[in-house]
Amino acid sequence: MAYILGRELAVGYNGKPVAENLNFKVNRGDYLCIVGMNGAGKSTLMKTLLSLINPVGGELKIGDGLEPHEIGYLPQQSDTQRDFPATVWEVALSGTITRNRRLMYSKAQKAYVERRLKELNIYNLKNESYRSLSGGQQQRTLLARALSATSKVLLLDEPVSGLDPNAMQQLYTITDELNQKGITIIMVTHDMAAIEHATHVLHVNKNKHFFGTKDEYLKSSHYKMFCELEADDNRSGKEIA
Amino acid sequence: MEVLNLLGYYIKFPFVQNAFIAGVFIALCSSLLGVILVLKRFSYIGDGLSHVAFGGLAVATVLKITEYNLVIMPITVVAAILLLRFGTSEKVHGDSAIAMLAVVALAFGYLLMNVFSNSANISGDVCTTLFGSTSILTLSRMDVFVCVFMSLLTIALFVVFYNRIFAITFDEDFAKATGIHVARYQTMIAIMTGIIIVLAMNLVGSLLITALLVFPALTAMQVFKSFRGTLIYAAVISVFGALSGILLSIIASTPVGATIVLIYTVLFVIHVGIGKVRS
Repeated sequence: MAYILGRELAVGYNGKPVAENLNFKVNRGDYLCIVGMNGAGKSTLMKTLLSLINPVGGELKIGDGLEPHEIGYLPQQSDTQRDFPATVWEVALSGTITRNRRLMYSKAQKAYVERRLKELNIYNLKNESYRSLSGGQQQRTLLARALSATSKVLLLDEPVSGLDPNAMQQLYTITDELNQKGITIIMVTHDMAAIEHATHVLHVNKNKHFFGTKDEYLKSSHYKMFCELEADDNRSGKEIA
Repeated sequence: MEVLNLLGYYIKFPFVQNAFIAGVFIALCSSLLGVILVLKRFSYIGDGLSHVAFGGLAVATVLKITEYNLVIMPITVVAAILLLRFGTSEKVHGDSAIAMLAVVALAFGYLLMNVFSNSANISGDVCTTLFGSTSILTLSRMDVFVCVFMSLLTIALFVVFYNRIFAITFDEDFAKATGIHVARYQTMIAIMTGIIIVLAMNLVGSLLITALLVFPALTAMQVFKSFRGTLIYAAVISVFGALSGILLSIIASTPVGATIVLIYTVLFVIHVGIGKVRS
């Protein structure tokens, strides 16, 4: 039994599918990249995995000791958070809420968060204001929060968009380390460099999806399509610049 | 010295005592809710809901219901739930939903009062509800009791659910993904907002309520880094502004609501200055 198993899964809103016939499997310790064009249904699939919305068809099984709410989520940053008065400590601690049914945080919860912050090298920032941090530091804070919620599966939504090359590299290093420690990684991404780090790839495409190991993917026609897309993006980016 | 004597003289009157008690409690919990509403980009909900409450008041007046809170409270609370829980649909966005509901309620209320009221001074009545003119100074013991009870309830809920309220305000999706019943807490916040706005109408009137919700929150956000600090300081600023506003308005015979708002504005400007200097 896998952690997550999608069989003929259809995801969408109000019964209307955005992407259909998705077949994939995530095992303990995997590193899965979810790629595809804008509008193909990547974020809809992500919301379904997080139980924010229900599947509109097919099957989504969660098992092998994983509970539906045990997927740690690293969201893209929203505008609201950019001026939110909160310290790094407050944000990270909020990840542990459901570990404990009591209303106040316990010593164990605090100790747990302290360890996560130290692992991510941001313990010295714990009393800093979240809004005054750099993009990379803010992301590490959110990562600490996600890891405080679970140590089984981490789902990252476009984690490198908006980061400078240095912070990007650091993020990939951190996720590699986490993966080596046994944490399963699911990354929704636009960045081709991410595929290097993955063990499996799910390419979401309107007509035909691809799911397989990284090596299979690198040989597939889907990969070529992704490359061309990326090249187009770079070209148009340069034209604008 | 003379001012103190004057204050000592006024404070002996029960109606002044009532105004102070109600003012402090309303200011306290409106500032707590205000922090959440400002951060959730719902600053204008106070304005919208108070217009709805005005519509409710018109209905109560026309039906000659003396305990008008029995009519206003439920109407406003339902409107609050509709706006906060379902306000952001695909067809109408949150802020436009508030705008529509607000003008419709205002127009409907004024129309009712104009057509059916048998009071000789309609524009006077309307003006009083819109700007709160003196209503805080005419509260009965019962009104004060309701204010204090509702405020204590709000504060208690805030303390008990503090951690969950923070998590939901900071990141709704993440909270939902970790299994918090977000909808339940949103409904709770909506109900509290509806109740506090009806109570706050006594203090500043329905046109100036936004100030009570927004100013303390924004003032505290200028100088505090943490959520906890922001909440506590917003409450302090809010109570200070309301108290000194009521005092000043008694001494200078100015309208209570407008005086409080002016004091809030001055405090806000000072704190923007402090924030700038610090950074």
